[in-house]
Amino acid sequence: MLRQIEGSRAVAETVALCRPEVVCAYPISPQTHIIEAVGVMVKAGELAPCEFINVESEFAAMSVAIGASATGARAYTATSSQGLLFMMEAVHNAAGLGLPIVMTLANRAIGAPINIWNDHSDAMAVRDAGWIQLFAESNQEAADLHVQAFRLAEELSVPVMVCMDGFILTHAVEGVDILDQSFVDSFLPPYEPRQVLDTNDPVSIGAMVGPEAFEEVKYLAHLRQLDALVRIPAIAKEFADATGRDSGGLVRSYRTEDADILIVALGSVLGTIKDAVDIRREAGERVGVVGITSFRPFPAEAVREALCQARQVVVVEKAFSIGFGGVLSTDVAMAMQGVETNLRTVVAGLGGRSITRRSLEELIETAGRDELETLTFLDLDHGAVERERARMGETRRSGPSAENLLRDRGTAATAPVKEQA
Amino acid sequence: MTTQPVHFYQIGSFAVGNRLLSDGERTVQSNLDRTNSIDSGHRACQGCGEALGARYALDAAMRATNGQIVAVNATGCLEVFSTPYPETSWRIPWLHSLFGNAPAVATGVAAALRVKGKKDVRVVAQAGDGGTVDIGFGCLSGMFERNDDVLFICYDNEGYMNTGVQRSAATPPAARTATTEVVGPEPGNIFGQGKDLPRIAIAHDIPYVATATVADLHDLERKVERAMEIHGARYLHVLVPCPLGWGSASNETIHVARLAKESGLFPVFEAEGGTVTSVSKIRRQVPVEDYLSIQRRYAHLFGKHPRPDVVARIQAMADRNIARYGLVDEEADSKEMAE
Amino acid sequence: MVTAAEILSVAAFDEGRRAQAFPSFGSERTGAPVVSFCRIDDREIRTREPVMEPDAVIIQDVTLIHQVDLFSGLSKDGYVLVNTSRAFDELGFGDFFDKFRPERLMTCPATEFALEHVGRPLPNAALLGGFAALTGQITMEAIDKAVRERFAGLVGERNVAAAAAAFSYVTSKEEELTRASTN
Repeated sequence: MLRQIEGSRAVAETVALCRPEVVCAYPISPQTHIIEAVGVMVKAGELAPCEFINVESEFAAMSVAIGASATGARAYTATSSQGLLFMMEAVHNAAGLGLPIVMTLANRAIGAPINIWNDHSDAMAVRDAGWIQLFAESNQEAADLHVQAFRLAEELSVPVMVCMDGFILTHAVEGVDILDQSFVDSFLPPYEPRQVLDTNDPVSIGAMVGPEAFEEVKYLAHLRQLDALVRIPAIAKEFADATGRDSGGLVRSYRTEDADILIVALGSVLGTIKDAVDIRREAGERVGVVGITSFRPFPAEAVREALCQARQVVVVEKAFSIGFGGVLSTDVAMAMQGVETNLRTVVAGLGGRSITRRSLEELIETAGRDELETLTFLDLDHGAVERERARMGETRRSGPSAENLLRDRGTAATAPVKEQA
Repeated sequence: MTTQPVHFYQIGSFAVGNRLLSDGERTVQSNLDRTNSIDSGHRACQGCGEALGARYALDAAMRATNGQIVAVNATGCLEVFSTPYPETSWRIPWLHSLFGNAPAVATGVAAALRVKGKKDVRVVAQAGDGGTVDIGFGCLSGMFERNDDVLFICYDNEGYMNTGVQRSAATPPAARTATTEVVGPEPGNIFGQGKDLPRIAIAHDIPYVATATVADLHDLERKVERAMEIHGARYLHVLVPCPLGWGSASNETIHVARLAKESGLFPVFEAEGGTVTSVSKIRRQVPVEDYLSIQRRYAHLFGKHPRPDVVARIQAMADRNIARYGLVDEEADSKEMAE
Repeated sequence: MVTAAEILSVAAFDEGRRAQAFPSFGSERTGAPVVSFCRIDDREIRTREPVMEPDAVIIQDVTLIHQVDLFSGLSKDGYVLVNTSRAFDELGFGDFFDKFRPERLMTCPATEFALEHVGRPLPNAALLGGFAALTGQITMEAIDKAVRERFAGLVGERNVAAAAAAFSYVTSKEEELTRASTN
């Protein structure tokens, strides 16, 4: 049923439809509304049999999920940012053990400086952990992806992370069509584990593996992710056939026909980019968008196919590898091997900085004039950075840069922050 | 249980004790019916206290649950020596995830068992002292506080032995480890540090806390059995000497463990509902020197430059334990002496 | 305020339109200045940028007027509704609104209506009633329904009463203004 609800609520209700059996919760913004809503449903007995466990840390949250999943239960948790980093060791472990846990990642920046707002640094920090990482463009897609995520995870015995932009999606109230229980039950069969702790058939899970077989185990995990490249679009198609909704899949193209410039991005910023593209198209610019839904596994072939005709590819990403540049754009560059193209990286929206349609329009114009640099930081206040560099040059004890930059902007901690969204 | 009739030979050691016991209390290794949680062929060191303790604890848990147990293991010696790829010694469902998360993983297993309606299947989590008092402490405290239905067993060999004998928060004062070397004015581990986890466990008001050593395996078995009668978070802290890390002879493991208890350095007790309910009295009290002097990790306290002052401080710790738990029964002592 | 934007979006949704409501995101702390946004459209709303050029601004806490830049991007045709018992030209804006359309600048004692009908100083519903009267962008019926969806039973009833009171208050003030301008 189509309802006007908060993104977190839509995800929580959809997760509930997936009949999770063990849900572990540790609070961190902006993920909390999801886990709170699931918690209410469990406590009210609506999801029975289901255990909701309030743990003492994210590390414990993922660990409880590991224990539950290895015992054959459908396990779910959600986190963000520092929480993901705090559970990092267990995140790798869950994938290494091949446990089909589903986790919502409400994307948020990583400190220091501490920042609760949205970017993709957290997801990028675990891109090599062995999880499937799907990015939602809207709350509708975020909700839908969870059903597909459980199906995919359990088919392949690989954990899946559904990434949705913190606050921008989690806290936005918009129309979301929540699926029926009967549909979800038919789409998502009960979990049949490949390995399970069973007293009637005891197995050892998590044994030490030395050099003689470690590489093979890891390669198997790689193959399962490659299998996912086939299963993700297949599951998305099955979902689309039943619901009429285009959710999930590997990549999605928008107005890419005859495009000179193609913009590549992950997540909710695709919506704003599409608006900007429409405007630039009206102005006669041949520009389009390619959204990547499946970041891991990275659909190199689909990306190459979607981008190969463009004269210029502009990757707009909400994260970057300090000391180098783009993260997503590195993957895109690998996918484009052998294809002649101009690849540009635009780092944008870090720590919740608004990515405005106007800035994107200017970006497209600049790209159209072939004036976009290899690496651009959208709406960066170069003056403020230069002034801080000067302060650092002048005196050894220049103090904490984050504080200095705030003071420089006249928005030091004591004054109210003017515009936060 | 089938036992063979034995003749009584006085051999002047405790070994004969088994044969003097009634059938039900005897330990008969060759019994075909006995439970077997950990198979032979694992790679533990000679004289490993942890292998012995784990085997007796889990076998007892198997008996108590009619074989319906799942074990969760923290990273450490026990995990490494029991699962040398591609083999495993475990004859029960066994899961190893990480070093610091065994209590939380066990919570997840217990939750899943509840959801699946498997009420008769119980969960035992186990770790060494590092996985318990240090890196696993947050998860352990959380598991205790939620009173999750898990028996957590700490096999305490007083250091990080798997990584080459480094100090943990369970390493006793003066002990030599690779990170508390015998150099400087205060050689070995320093005084005034460390965690007393059994008491911390009691402070969580969990239903059952007990300590044991591998010197009294029947006591260990009985405590596991008692723990399995109870639901909720339970904690068992077992002292398991490590010949490698302690520098004790491989054939002295049980003897060393016994001296730890008999000196008062390792109090053996049980607590239910937050109160100490029973104490294993010291049978023949020995000075701590007897315990320390047979371990090379304390060698710097003896020999050419003896440190009676340090030994005295350790004796004071033992005396404090004796007073705190009433480990020495004055009357029994005098009675025994009169006999 | 977050609730108000959400209820407004629900009301628009109930009228068959697309709507998107979202707060200016911050830590969970009462008393901090909060901005929240609502977009209403007949087409799918794809953008995720904050509202840069609002068509209307509702100010719940009049004390913020001179602390925070509330009117950036507001066009001269824009609507302003301020929660206060004072008149608009008593608020000390100087000549800022000189070029705006006076019938679109309005105050409404929403907190007083809330105290009267709800018994607590929570002016969200009343402001939405006033907003419906001021802009005509949403019907009072839709506000009524959305408020009841959000607050069940008696609480919903009372909030609707506060909204209705504000709706008639703003409607009659609008009529006064029309009369004044035609005279």
